[in-house]
Amino acid sequence: MPPIIEVENLHKSFGDTHALAGVSFQVERGSVLGLLGPNGAGKTTAVRVLATLLAPDQGTARVGGLDVSTQANAVRSIIGLTGQYAAVDEKLTGAENLRMVGRLLGMSSTQARSRATVLLERFDLTDAADRQVTTYSGGMRRRVDLAVSLVGSPEVLFLDEPTTGLDPASRSELWAITRELVADGTTVLLTTQYLDEADELADRIVVIDQGQVIEEGTADELKDRTGGRSLEIEFETTAELASAAAVLRPFSAKGELQQNEQDCLLSLSVDSDTALAVRAIAALTDAGLSPADFRLHRPSLDDVFMALTGHGTETEEQEGPDSIPGNAKFGDTNTEAMNS
Amino acid sequence: MSDTATVSTETATYRRPSGLNAIYQDSRVIAWRNLVHLPRTPQLVIFTLIQPIMFVLLFTYVFGGAIGKALPPGVSYAQFLIPGIMVQTLVFGTSATAVGLAEDLQNGIIDRFRSLPISRSAVLNGRILADMIRLTAVATVLVVIGYVVGFRFQGGLGLGLLMILVAVAFGTSMCWIMTNIGMRVKDAETAQTAGFVWLFPLTFISSVFTPVYTMPAWLQVFARNNPVTLVANLLRALSVGEVLPGSTWVSMSLPVFLWIVGITAVAAPLAVNRYRQA
Repeated sequence: MPPIIEVENLHKSFGDTHALAGVSFQVERGSVLGLLGPNGAGKTTAVRVLATLLAPDQGTARVGGLDVSTQANAVRSIIGLTGQYAAVDEKLTGAENLRMVGRLLGMSSTQARSRATVLLERFDLTDAADRQVTTYSGGMRRRVDLAVSLVGSPEVLFLDEPTTGLDPASRSELWAITRELVADGTTVLLTTQYLDEADELADRIVVIDQGQVIEEGTADELKDRTGGRSLEIEFETTAELASAAAVLRPFSAKGELQQNEQDCLLSLSVDSDTALAVRAIAALTDAGLSPADFRLHRPSLDDVFMALTGHGTETEEQEGPDSIPGNAKFGDTNTEAMNS
Repeated sequence: MSDTATVSTETATYRRPSGLNAIYQDSRVIAWRNLVHLPRTPQLVIFTLIQPIMFVLLFTYVFGGAIGKALPPGVSYAQFLIPGIMVQTLVFGTSATAVGLAEDLQNGIIDRFRSLPISRSAVLNGRILADMIRLTAVATVLVVIGYVVGFRFQGGLGLGLLMILVAVAFGTSMCWIMTNIGMRVKDAETAQTAGFVWLFPLTFISSVFTPVYTMPAWLQVFARNNPVTLVANLLRALSVGEVLPGSTWVSMSLPVFLWIVGITAVAAPLAVNRYRQA
């Protein structure tokens, strides 16, 4: 079966800014592709081209075998788009928004009504159905936006930074919904600047930077380049640090135990083996050593970028959304407290 | 996710209409959406209903005594004022078109519409259709308040309805200009200003509030040829049932008709074209 999304050598410039400078990638039917990159990398531009909102300067993009430039209307009937900012009518109620889109898709008013009821229920918005969207919380707004893009049961769903600005609970809720959609056979193209979001949802990740694809692979492949997770243990004195290093040496099968005398910090590579981290801490306690602090450190996107490009992401970061706790994002040191 | 089956059966049972029918259906849905906005936008309700009422009362009782003296004998100020203020109010009311469209573009709902397989002109057609209905409501309110202060359809109801029709038609052509402004500015605040500022000279340097001959000669040149004057004069003629001395129905209505057709013929295609590229 051919890929459901085929992007080839896509170029798009706005004045002197080359938002897309020759981007190519493919998405297999029924899979989730994560388009990962900092602000201004070209993710949204790519989605806008695929959603027929923007004509490319050069190159081709096909969705479901249909060309986004020459068969735009046919593409529109198989896609759903959920933008970074909720593109629903805030003065309408949730139910009215869904019915409006149903009617625009050609449903009768009865069909539109029953489709709206189904979606409201599924997205847990039944109680808020007859309230104007202005009164919704951020999470509800994003849910109704997603519901609206699903009215036509699209084959391909574009999620453009779906959790930007959401609180952790709404975030995981949206992740769960996305997984359900994928289980139903929907193909999802997700843009995100959060490595953990791509990690959670995407089968494959395409990393883009300055309008170009700089890396492609599964989440594990990407993380391998950055060393995976490590356990960081802090001590009061260098004497404790030295004895702790001796205790932990057997745990570092690959020799990845780093000793930082200056910060009294010990770093043990554990990757996804959290049990190893627990055993390491237990071994220290058994040896009568009590760490001042310890935590799991995960590679941030910054680390991935450093590994991939040799440059950080600070220059690209503009007015990024507020940082979300526990969310891997540019500039975050991104440590996960284990003991708090 | 238990309802997958329901979803797919539903998908199979509806189909998009095609051709003109699609444009009509889509425009109707968008018009409905814009009309639902009206009662939920307090400032629009005030603009639409309260402001014209206030203007009629203020002008009648504050300026009526003074300006009424400049009118030909036998013409009451209310009779002079209502047709004029109808043009003025409708023209001012069209700026809401620019603001509404700019808001839609700003908050992304236009992107939503553009990602749907609907006819390209429906979003603008729907907005204009809703605005036409809104303008008709405003014109009706003005007639009602006019009747309270002494205005009458002296030429009969038929010509009275024609008066409303002409006023709304002119207002609608102005709405097309406003759609262009709404799509070319970057936000709703700018649209508010850009859609409003030029309406002051346009409506005040006209026969809307005072007879043109009371103005300085150089201003009269503009005032006499201002489409707002032409429309106001035609509305007055329709409200009293007779043309101004020295003119005929054709000489009064043809320029108005040409202005309405001309503005629409230029502004509407420009707007639709702009929308396609937006």
